[in-house]
Amino acid sequence: MVEALNISEKLSSDTLAHGPKIYEKDLETKGVITIEAVSKVFSHPDGSLVQALKEVELNIESGEFITLIGPSGCGKSTLLRLIAGLETATSGSLCLDGKPIVGPDAERGLVFQNPYLFPWLNIHNNVAFGLKARRVFGKEKDEVSKYLELVGLLKFGKVYPHHLSGGMAQRASLARALINKPTVLLLDEPLGALDAFTRMNMQDEILRIRSEKHITMVMVTHDVDEAIYLSHRIVVMTPTPGKVERILKVPFPRPRSRNTPDFLLLRGKILEILHFAGHLEEPPYQI
Amino acid sequence: MRTAEKAIDEVQLCTPCEAASSKAPKEATTTCEATCELEEKTLETSETSLVAKAESKSRVNLVGLLNSNRTVISILLALVVELDFAASGKQPPADRPYFVYFLLISLVFFTLFPLLFSSRKSILEKFREKDNFYAASFLFLNVLNLLTGKFTVLPPIFFPTPDRILAVLVEDFHYLIIVCLGSSAKLLFSGFFAGALAGLVTGIAIGFSKTASYWLNPAIKILGPIPPTAWIPIVLVAFPTTWTAAVFLVALSVWFPTSVMTSSGILNVQNAYFEVSSTLGAKRLYQIFWVGIPAAMPLIFTGLFSGACASFLTLMTAEMVGVKNGIGWYIHWQRQMLSYANVYAGLIVIAVTFYSLITLFFKFRDRILVWQKGMIKW
Repeated sequence: MVEALNISEKLSSDTLAHGPKIYEKDLETKGVITIEAVSKVFSHPDGSLVQALKEVELNIESGEFITLIGPSGCGKSTLLRLIAGLETATSGSLCLDGKPIVGPDAERGLVFQNPYLFPWLNIHNNVAFGLKARRVFGKEKDEVSKYLELVGLLKFGKVYPHHLSGGMAQRASLARALINKPTVLLLDEPLGALDAFTRMNMQDEILRIRSEKHITMVMVTHDVDEAIYLSHRIVVMTPTPGKVERILKVPFPRPRSRNTPDFLLLRGKILEILHFAGHLEEPPYQI
Repeated sequence: MRTAEKAIDEVQLCTPCEAASSKAPKEATTTCEATCELEEKTLETSETSLVAKAESKSRVNLVGLLNSNRTVISILLALVVELDFAASGKQPPADRPYFVYFLLISLVFFTLFPLLFSSRKSILEKFREKDNFYAASFLFLNVLNLLTGKFTVLPPIFFPTPDRILAVLVEDFHYLIIVCLGSSAKLLFSGFFAGALAGLVTGIAIGFSKTASYWLNPAIKILGPIPPTAWIPIVLVAFPTTWTAAVFLVALSVWFPTSVMTSSGILNVQNAYFEVSSTLGAKRLYQIFWVGIPAAMPLIFTGLFSGACASFLTLMTAEMVGVKNGIGWYIHWQRQMLSYANVYAGLIVIAVTFYSLITLFFKFRDRILVWQKGMIKW
């Protein structure tokens, strides 16, 4: 199995961003995340301490798509929140382009599993929120419809969030994060609440957006197939305490197929690392 | 409707049968009656003039009107009772038959309304839906008139006739509306806006600042539940004028619910909204005004609403005890004079005013909270 992976690794993984780019050329080196010996300990109100992350080391390249995968409690969401600046590390350092991460910032966009659109704003104003908060709305007004168009919601600008379906709401929240032109987009199980078909649609959508804009993407997911389909590298994490178990490169060229033998092979390998592969005996029947 | 009746009369006058029956003695034979009916029928069918067409049309309209507009029937019934029944004489009569005027105005309104808005289906639909309620209201007035003016079953001092109440509303209009209601309105609005502003400020401070919460929360918890009117003895001494004292009391009654609901509204906002906004580049102050407060708006409006209701109560008490002016004081004063017609007139003014204020308030709220689904309608 490992051999097969090595063979496929020979396929160039250099299928990074192609297509039109909004960003300046020197920005293409932006979005490098360096995580060094990061630990996070939560103290509960009852005084007990829980080690959520232990000595995590991870270097993310510019424009890379990284997936954090693992069972619940492995600290993948905590790691994402640390990168977002919503939590502070107990020890170790997190840097974006050499600068330490202190607090949340518009350069690191975040999309949650629940879209958390502001219900009191219509979709247009939800997407415009970042521009207004950064006080650049006057200059960049036209961006709003551009990004609404990017996620296919141009017609829905005046609609309030509770009228949108789950998939549409998630697109709107993607547009809301992207309008700030972040160098890093953090995705916390963004497709977890969607049905299987909407989910696969949205995966392609995310890949399309990635190919249009050069953004480093870090995504947390429970779905092995999704991880393989989307990522350059998959970070497999294990719980108690949360740590990086293995980092797997996904060498398949894009656009990817979900049904190649190599895809299934890699899928099996990840499940094996996570001890979810089930019984590995030869089946008594033939398919 | 009246024209229709006249038309019928005219047609009957024209018929030879009418002339015959008028000549004949009152105990007319059945054959005569039968011929009469026959002649009438043949006349109606053979008649081809425009007058007859208009008449039959109005007759159809009349039947449709009475079927669909029970309110009109109820008003007519009240008119008949008021005009045909003799008053018991135990109640002093009003200078003019105001109740008749009122019924006639209502009659014109309820007859013309469906005709004027016949093209606006939605308005007409709402009007039709309320028909039973309006009819019952006029029936209630009718019964009230019977119990007070006609048979005087109820003690006449405490239960004046609708006539006398309406007389106060008309004859005392200037003093009641301009002077008393004006004074009350000034006091209410001053107090309400001062209290609402103070409530919003303290509520927002408690919602966002731990220090403010530490110091203000206990004060609110201890002082808030005291009914504002219980402060009257202290407030009347502490403030230079009774008017400022009353404003303070009204403000106090608005401040407490507004403050509590605003702070709990803000504290109940899901933290994720603040997290999302911070990753979108919003700083603290921006979050307070563009995330915290909008998200808390539904509860803030609940607080303002309970504040408004409490302020009405406080206003009435404050006027009766301290201010010696305003609509609450008017009622108190008239009660002492045993002028119960004036008391009821005052109550009607209060009901109409407060109903209008609350309706306006909810209209405003609906406009602000369009984004909310499943909103409670007033």
